[in-house]
Amino acid sequence: MTRVATDILVVGGGAAGLSAALAASARAKVTVVDDNPLLGGQIWRAEMGKFNSPAAKGLVDAVNSGEIRVINNAQVFAAAARNTLLAETAEGRSEIEFEKLIIATGARERFLPFPGWTLPNVFGVGGLQALVKGGVPVAGKRVVVAGTGPLLLAVADYLRSKRASVVAIAEQTSASRLGGFAASLFRSPSKLVQAAALRAGLRGVPYSTDCWVSSAHGEKALEQVELKRKGRTSTIDCDILACGFNLVPNVELAVPLGCEITDGCVVVDKFQKTSIANVFCAGEPTGVAGVDSSLVEGRIAGLAAAGDQDGARSLFAKRDRARRFGEALNRAFALRDELKALADDDTIVCRCEDVAYGRLTEFENFRDAKLQTRCGMGPCQGRICGAATEFLFGWKPGSVRPPIFPVKMENL
Amino acid sequence: MIDLRINKLAVSVEDGTTVAAAILAGGIGHFRSSTIGSPRGPLCGIGVCFECRVTIDGVKLQRSCNVQARDGMEVETDD
Repeated sequence: MTRVATDILVVGGGAAGLSAALAASARAKVTVVDDNPLLGGQIWRAEMGKFNSPAAKGLVDAVNSGEIRVINNAQVFAAAARNTLLAETAEGRSEIEFEKLIIATGARERFLPFPGWTLPNVFGVGGLQALVKGGVPVAGKRVVVAGTGPLLLAVADYLRSKRASVVAIAEQTSASRLGGFAASLFRSPSKLVQAAALRAGLRGVPYSTDCWVSSAHGEKALEQVELKRKGRTSTIDCDILACGFNLVPNVELAVPLGCEITDGCVVVDKFQKTSIANVFCAGEPTGVAGVDSSLVEGRIAGLAAAGDQDGARSLFAKRDRARRFGEALNRAFALRDELKALADDDTIVCRCEDVAYGRLTEFENFRDAKLQTRCGMGPCQGRICGAATEFLFGWKPGSVRPPIFPVKMENL
Repeated sequence: MIDLRINKLAVSVEDGTTVAAAILAGGIGHFRSSTIGSPRGPLCGIGVCFECRVTIDGVKLQRSCNVQARDGMEVETDD
């Protein structure tokens, strides 16, 4: 077992966490723990150990420069006391004592069940990108990119740069909502440039709005998907389906610490402080709003936690602008009701415990379903099916109990 | 290059490759069998869903998407 003591502990090495750590390090002893082999989080995930974005590389290098203690491959799994978290590393159990904590645990994709979604070679959208960055070859593969959100275009563009053949992009939101969102981009010119570049890169790829995957088919792995658009169904042969429906904040650390949660997000004040006195939160767990928002929230949290209230205050306006962009994004890509009807009675919803949709319709809330069917009781602890059943049935996700990630018995 | 073995077969991958990527690159999509025996492979790619779990150097239930391949590694799928 190892013991670490630090002034400020940052959990999560993505945009928000890196930004927080660097901002706090001018005045305090800072430690960053992250569950990945390399810093960067998801949006800035390194590709074969290298960072594509200069901004990401700059921030990662700054955090790795020596002043800040960085613990990679560390899975935080519980709180031992008000000021101590427990993490599992390759060396075993680690106890990390802190004065102040900054939660920057990011977000994950929401997946919705449809017939065939458990077939091998059906991935998330960000999920496929992460895998390709880890070395999965996609050259020459026929890929359908589906679901919703700006990630679809970004990932389709990325896959094309890796010589995949993107055969269709299916965006569930309507053309009119998307148009409204595009118009709103005129207020943030840098986003408009990004959007235009993506469009140019994707010339020749069939892109449909009001369109979604209704089923996936294959013997041992994916061979075909069925797309639905305006009441009509079409079938496309493909090797890979990348399908995801927006992002879900990772609040599994904030909940057992006692932080107030509203609508699935950690409640924070202007200084990014949660309802618990020495705990701050930045980035997607406070409400999904993208990388710009994560960076500025991280900076505010870092400065405020280190006692530089004036520095933090100077960033409020910038933060509020970034958050408004996030809110516009969430409105533009809100999920349509038709997606609630994709699963058949025998479609698996809880992938860990193989609980089918029909079985879940017998229950009124997640807790009852969990007790009777084991839905949400597998190793992912409801992180995948909880987000699905929240949308399908309006169920509040189940309570999170430590350990918040599976750990070896000897490390508990 | 990194030399490892997947289901006893020798595989070479570039530095920085994850175990999940090494498995997929070898044409294996079936990483584990679910409780009812259906084949499963990676979904989230970021260590959340646990669908890519495999046995690495005798240690079961490792999320292969979050582990980088290393020389001499022994990986077993559907174990």
